[in-house]
Amino acid sequence: MDRNTPPPAPPRKRLTAVDILLFASVAALIAYAGYRVNEVLVYQWNWSRVFNFFIRFDPDTGEYVTNLLLYGLATTLRLALWGTVLATIIGVVLGYWRTVDNLTLRILSRSYVELIRNIPPLVFIFIFYFFISSQIFPWLGLDDLNPEGLFVDNWLFALLFGDPALLSNFLAGVLCLAMFEGAYVTEIVRAGIQAVGKGQWEAARAIGLSRTNVLRDVILPQALRKTLPPLAGQFITLIKDSSIVSLISIQELTFMATEVAATTTKVFETWILVGAMYFVLCYSFALLFGWLERRAARSRR
Amino acid sequence: MLDATPRPLVQFRDVCKWYGDFSALHDINLTVHEGEKVVVCGPSGSGKSTMIRCINQLEAHQVGTIMIDGEEVSPEMKNIEKIRREVGMVFQNFNLFPHMTILDNLTLGPIRNRGASRAEARELAMHYLNRVHIAEQADKYPTQLSGGQQQRVAIARSLCMKPKVMLFDEPTSALDPEMIAGVLDVMIELAEEGMTMIVVTHEMGFARKVADRVVFMDEGEIIEVAEPEAFFSAPQSDRAQLFLSQLLGH
Ligand SMILES: Nc1ncnc2c1ncn2[C@@H]1O[C@H](COP(=O)(O)OP(=O)(O)OP(=O)(O)O)[C@@H](O)[C@H]1O
Ligand SMILES: [Mg+2]
Repeated sequence: MDRNTPPPAPPRKRLTAVDILLFASVAALIAYAGYRVNEVLVYQWNWSRVFNFFIRFDPDTGEYVTNLLLYGLATTLRLALWGTVLATIIGVVLGYWRTVDNLTLRILSRSYVELIRNIPPLVFIFIFYFFISSQIFPWLGLDDLNPEGLFVDNWLFALLFGDPALLSNFLAGVLCLAMFEGAYVTEIVRAGIQAVGKGQWEAARAIGLSRTNVLRDVILPQALRKTLPPLAGQFITLIKDSSIVSLISIQELTFMATEVAATTTKVFETWILVGAMYFVLCYSFALLFGWLERRAARSRR
Repeated sequence: MLDATPRPLVQFRDVCKWYGDFSALHDINLTVHEGEKVVVCGPSGSGKSTMIRCINQLEAHQVGTIMIDGEEVSPEMKNIEKIRREVGMVFQNFNLFPHMTILDNLTLGPIRNRGASRAEARELAMHYLNRVHIAEQADKYPTQLSGGQQQRVAIARSLCMKPKVMLFDEPTSALDPEMIAGVLDVMIELAEEGMTMIVVTHEMGFARKVADRVVFMDEGEIIEVAEPEAFFSAPQSDRAQLFLSQLLGH
């Protein structure tokens, strides 16, 4: 055969009869659910009422204004941002402790991880919330924060932390989430550190680096690079998990949705809309992280 | 007054080490003087790596004393980093830092340990990269180099700490045959410049050419110490004879 002939085209991936049958049954199932809701439950769909809580047209000014659900989304994003920052700090420190020789540090970090992984998040959050909000925040003086203070009364503060009046409430949510997700990040970081070969420790110690420098210059950069994909996944999990802090009255998306559903009595529409919002949010991040990862892999060759 | 006898740089006195109940080193006595080149050989599992790793305390010994240039090293010692800087070590698997360029691999030690400026460290690094004949690779990453090149970088990285003694643990046994010569040449040059070297290797040509003494180990003990010619042509112990016949057999 001539060496220059192009390679044969790969076989096209076609839907087989089985695939079509599967799709058809899923579609039928969805159609049947729709039929039940419409005909049997005699449910009055009213999307516009719920949608008004997303963006509302203000007839007085003739402008569209954001409403409760978008506020909730913003709070959810803030929770995810600060929760991730804190959880990463907790996770890197405790994840490192999981790998050290010092028995005390190992016991401490191990206990933390096991404790949090073996009680339901909701129970943990209730316990932790009542402890920090009743003990630590008054002691920190967060409850009587001056809303007109120089650091508080500006747009940057509002962007990063939301309404100053709700700051202690917001921080309680962030801390709960961070403590909770921190346990999972700890395990990711531990796995990352342990995935760095023994030879790297030895080579770094052999040139006389101090323990801190071995970690900072040699081990952690490699460990964190290995942990970035699972950390990105954990970030998305954190966005979803943030919905549980609605139960301690943090006014994030799920909390707002509960309010909207109660006010409008349009339960289906509200939760479908909110589900779609979570989906778009999380899936966008998943796509973004996937893209970043592919780019990083390419630049490293 | 001139002191004619060379100074002992590495001394083992009655050193023993166990892994759990397993005796890995037993009653090791060995003195390596300044400028001396010692080749260590012996069957797999005989404790060669363990012995040289005790020198910079990558492994801790339990009984006996090890002295580096007159200073005793022990697992509890405070300033072990200072000793390690005086002892260069080259590993079988190179162990370069994969997330750093070749240049950064070399400058890390001088910058962190001696507070050298980036420019100083860079100059030093380029000097040693020239000596191992791969200066043109300075900005690449380790995975972009061949095994032989990586091992030469690893040698240069150790040299950047200006060590008093260099340890090599089977530096060529992970290399493709055509890469071995380049690494051995660098080691021979280093030897000719007067570096004190302890080399675990089965490269008999290298041992014959460079070594002042060959140390033969088996089951955690030093069985025989001899000059290379004498050792390779007429080993005294049965175990060394057996080992050499197996080494030459294939
Ligand atoms: N970390 C460890 N834990 C338990 N046993 C070990 C450990 N390291 C080495 N050993 C044992 O100690 C003995 C000596 O090992 P060492 O690596 O020093 O041998 P070696 O002479 O370097 O062998 P090789 O030629 O295979 O490298 C071996 O029997 C090995 O199984
Ligand atoms: Mg070995």
